[in-house]
Amino acid sequence: MEYLKAFLVGGAICVLGQLLMDLTSYRITPAHILVGFVTAGAILSALNLYQPLVNFAGAGATVPLPGFGHALAQGAIQGVQAKGLLGAFGGGVEATSIGVSAAVVFGYLVAVIFSPKGE
Amino acid sequence: MDNQQHLNQSGQQAIQEYQQMIKQAKPKPPVIKNSFWAFVVGGTICIIGQGLMNLFTAQGLGSLDASAATATVLVFASALLTGLGVYNDLGKFAGAGSIVPITGFANAMVAPALEFKREGMVFGVAARLFSIAGPVLVFGFVTSWLIGLVTFIFT
Repeated sequence: MEYLKAFLVGGAICVLGQLLMDLTSYRITPAHILVGFVTAGAILSALNLYQPLVNFAGAGATVPLPGFGHALAQGAIQGVQAKGLLGAFGGGVEATSIGVSAAVVFGYLVAVIFSPKGE
Repeated sequence: MDNQQHLNQSGQQAIQEYQQMIKQAKPKPPVIKNSFWAFVVGGTICIIGQGLMNLFTAQGLGSLDASAATATVLVFASALLTGLGVYNDLGKFAGAGSIVPITGFANAMVAPALEFKREGMVFGVAARLFSIAGPVLVFGFVTSWLIGLVTFIFT
């Protein structure tokens, strides 16, 4: 059941992105989807609308990019509660630091080790 | 005067006809098929994520740490598959199903870094890692800061 919920909600969020790209005559690129979904996730999270989805779908809500925005927003809110204004600067970055750092480290290593596929 | 008006009118008509032609000639994306594959691939990546979450939770990690560990494994897998050229093949039919999950973020970092490798380690690999991830982090961090600021003011 848990896996079914993750599949359905995660899949639905991806379809939303696909429809945005297909129905807007190619003006919306993957880069716009990435930026838009992270920002939208953060705003929904700040309005307390994303946590219910996480409670319901688990990884189906945290693995897609709005989940990254959710972590940024909750980090900032908890940061402010713990450290005041300093937390507004550090909270979001701290909450996402592991994922961002992993992406930089692994991304760099892979780009150094592998050669581009000629296509 | 009358003549010119007539010319303008027929010119505008020609433009409209031309735009109509473009509209008809431009290939329409197979919306249903694209959405189906986006759903299946995106959903499957989330199932894998859920499996990892459960695994890390069983190891005793709290939900935030388990979530971060899951993201780390998914990012690693995606970076590796991008290096092997597999992830881009997946993206050809999965579309947003390969872009929207966190694996798409890692792919968006590695793919341009690999492609521009010949421009050197600094301006090639290192700079291009952030050609798409940079904007994501800019908007993400600014939004996060704004949310923190609003929380600070209203509490």
